Amino acid sequence: MTPATRSETSAKDFASDQDVRWCPGCGDYAILKGVQKTLADVGASTENTVFVSGIGCAARFPYYMSTYGFHTIHGRAPALATGLKLANPDLDVWVVTGDGDALSIGGNHTLHVLRRNVDLQILLFNNEIYGLTKGQASPTSRRGTVTPSTPRGSFSNPVHPASFAIGAGARFVARGIDINLKLLTEVLKAAHEHRGASFVEIFQNCIVFNDGCFSEFTDKAHAGSMQLVVENGKPLRFGPDGNRGLRFNPRSWKLETVDVGPDGVAVEDLVVHDETNRALALLLAELQPPDAPMALGVLYRDPAESYHEAMLAGVPAAGASLSDLLRTGKTWTVEG
Amino acid sequence: MSRSQLPQTTPGSNGGPRTGRQVRDSVVVRFAGDSGDGMQTAGAQFGIEAALSGRDISTFPDYPAEIRAPAGTTYGVSAFQVHFGSQDVKTAGDELDVLVALNPAALKVNLGDLGLGGTIVVDRGAFTDRNLKKAGYETSPLEDNSLAPYVLISLDITALTLRAVEPFELSQKDAIRCRNMWALGLALWMFDGDKDATIEWVANKFSGQGGVADANVAAINAGNAFGETAEMPSIAAGWTVDPANLDQGLYRTVSGTEALAWGLTSGLAASGLERMIFASYPITPASNLLHALAKLRSHGVVTFQAEDEIAAACAAIGASYGGALGVTSSSGPGVALKGEAIGLAVGTELPLIVVNSQRAGPSTGMPTKTEQADLFQALYGRNSDAPVAVLAPATPTDCFEVGREAVRIATTFMTPVFVLTDAYLSSAAEPWRIPDVDALPDFPVTFRTDPDGYHPFIRDPDTLARPWVRPGTPGLEHRIGGIERDAETGNISYDPENHDRMTRTRAERIERIAQFIPAQTVDAGSESGALAVVGWGSTYGAISKAVERCRADGLAVSHVHLRWLSPFPHNLAELLGGFDRLIVPEVNAGQLVHVLRARLGLRADGLNRVTGRPFRIREIESVIRAALEEES
Repeated sequence: MTPATRSETSAKDFASDQDVRWCPGCGDYAILKGVQKTLADVGASTENTVFVSGIGCAARFPYYMSTYGFHTIHGRAPALATGLKLANPDLDVWVVTGDGDALSIGGNHTLHVLRRNVDLQILLFNNEIYGLTKGQASPTSRRGTVTPSTPRGSFSNPVHPASFAIGAGARFVARGIDINLKLLTEVLKAAHEHRGASFVEIFQNCIVFNDGCFSEFTDKAHAGSMQLVVENGKPLRFGPDGNRGLRFNPRSWKLETVDVGPDGVAVEDLVVHDETNRALALLLAELQPPDAPMALGVLYRDPAESYHEAMLAGVPAAGASLSDLLRTGKTWTVEG
Repeated sequence: MSRSQLPQTTPGSNGGPRTGRQVRDSVVVRFAGDSGDGMQTAGAQFGIEAALSGRDISTFPDYPAEIRAPAGTTYGVSAFQVHFGSQDVKTAGDELDVLVALNPAALKVNLGDLGLGGTIVVDRGAFTDRNLKKAGYETSPLEDNSLAPYVLISLDITALTLRAVEPFELSQKDAIRCRNMWALGLALWMFDGDKDATIEWVANKFSGQGGVADANVAAINAGNAFGETAEMPSIAAGWTVDPANLDQGLYRTVSGTEALAWGLTSGLAASGLERMIFASYPITPASNLLHALAKLRSHGVVTFQAEDEIAAACAAIGASYGGALGVTSSSGPGVALKGEAIGLAVGTELPLIVVNSQRAGPSTGMPTKTEQADLFQALYGRNSDAPVAVLAPATPTDCFEVGREAVRIATTFMTPVFVLTDAYLSSAAEPWRIPDVDALPDFPVTFRTDPDGYHPFIRDPDTLARPWVRPGTPGLEHRIGGIERDAETGNISYDPENHDRMTRTRAERIERIAQFIPAQTVDAGSESGALAVVGWGSTYGAISKAVERCRADGLAVSHVHLRWLSPFPHNLAELLGGFDRLIVPEVNAGQLVHVLRARLGLRADGLNRVTGRPFRIREIESVIRAALEEES
């Protein structure tokens, strides 16, 4: 992230003049709005902000921003953004990717950009499907997902993006939902503020090929009871009036859902969220509805030196004479 | 040296130990042993001593892909060849004059390259039954008379080394590892070589390691003294090679890899860019460029070891997009992986330098062996019409100038530029007259900052290059990407006519480079005539010497050597059209010859050998002679 350089911008200032070409009703619209609002809220400047993307529906994102933008090739945005950040560390660089882009063709780069802790905001729009190529199973599709490429149902187990990120060594892992603008902008602001790689999984509905795939925790009817928005230092509590909570079961090494209150468990017995606890973050990331709530918000945040700080320390600008360098080692003179 | 020259004997001088030595124009020595025997070190130091004493040199390491193959086996043999002479030395030598073999396997693998009558120095102590068997010898070649056509100097170097280093109380293993220095000491004596630089180097290399430095120095001195005092066979009493007649100036030795690293860095300085981001993934034989550049942080070079070849290419492109000089490097298999990303740089018109240290293929092929077979890959190895600039250095020292030129063209024309070096050029070394780098011309980059009338694909009318804008520049925010761009706005476009126009413009921009590079010249011979030998890349030395020998015999043959393979220099078709016949030697199955026929409509004959080794001079010489005999 980079200090704010301009004030009094509005979300609209971050919209480009290009027509947005996502399907009507696509979750990407809401995310676009959330990102534009976040940039305005944090006082970002259009000239100092760069969006880098790979291939897929999400990857069209840069064209709709009035910032600098680079729509690259499938899966490679993290690698390209790493080079960009090394070239110009003052830039505020966002990577926009999808589940196929980040975890299938670009899985290797996602692993390495996270373990290197390159100072980027990485937004993974997870819709559990390939949209742009018309509906094939993605690496996050649940087992059994029937698509044109998996007519008998997918036989591959899905990868959980947040768990993958924690395993890869990410120092910031958070989750948001396309239609929850308030939560999304909070998470994006936290990601922007974090120095190093910030990984944000955004549950995004694909209205055409995988409509309602997250409805069991995103529908209004279930949101209250199935969403756990974690807050650092606060007990892991959710549900109407906070009547549900998570307790650590030392025998199973799992978080178990319990009722909170006089007939259930005391609030003091719930796990208190510690965003620097990597083991807890992994337990939260692994929670899957309907047996448990979906954990949202900043699951893990434990800043460390970012890649460019280490890589560029002590590198002066070019221009020093090579003259001395070429004379190091053995030389001899041939007289005329 | 040329076999046709008879050895001469120096007139008896003042009775020193050097009397009776033959004078030679040049000598080729190869040090061979196990990959753990230190042959690369011995050979490299021998080359440096020869160069420091004023001889022209050309050196070539030849080592297996295995780091430590089982000791004593033929596939674990490592060798280092040094050609040094009083005349212009242009190759590592066609055949060996002296072979130093520290075990039977080394003898077996390398004997075929020794000229008849050549000298073999072997470590008799390593010719045990076990080692002979491992090398596949049924009887000892030292005893079965099979080496009769050669001069054999059979010494128990193992025992002599152990005796020399005894005072330093090393372990048996460390003591035996000093054999390479003993052999080097002897070789230096055989050719009047000095040993001071090597002793200094050894002292540095092993400083802080107890007696190891002293033991290595003692081994060099012992080998050297052995030559002085032992009764060597008269023909092996050594040779005198006079200093070469090099131009006046300050010299050093340089490998192609070092010269390229420095050339790129000099180009960076000349461009005025702040930083080079060199992104690569380890691969033989390209990794040494990463190592060389990793030492140049203080010159604005940042090296990034990426997670794979694709990431390396993409990081370099990202760096260029950010306003730095993006460079990536690999060998053929890695360049194949980079192909899609290079296409992105073609489409988005960003500077990018791609260095390919070509090796024998396809697939893994022979990773440590040389080849020139990635020309097609550089020219055509991407999806769709994706033209790039391609240039190739001819010699290790030429890598410096080519590195600078690659930076100039990439930044001036906003294009990927391929540099095709190879396994031979990367590791071969020769003397280099150190240029006055501060006097070399600059070619400063100008980033666009003026928003007035800007769009990302507006073009310079001369170069057709689009403007380079650093993100962070106010008022010039724009989006680029792999989707086709509208020629008039830079926005994404699926318009059929626009795509046709952009495709033609991308090609035309590469062709325009021809107006900004020197016309093709003739390296040797007349500018038209019966026959021209047309080469590119590391065949330069062998072609040059072959043509020189033929011309010395009065044959009408010219040598044309291409640095630029895309675009061709503007006068190339006209120049080559002035010859009745063209012969194109290449270490591939016929690639440049194909392009010359296809692009320039020329008749040309290929001379193709794909052995994993550089051409021998005589292979080219005999073809020239045969061609001219056919004519007459």
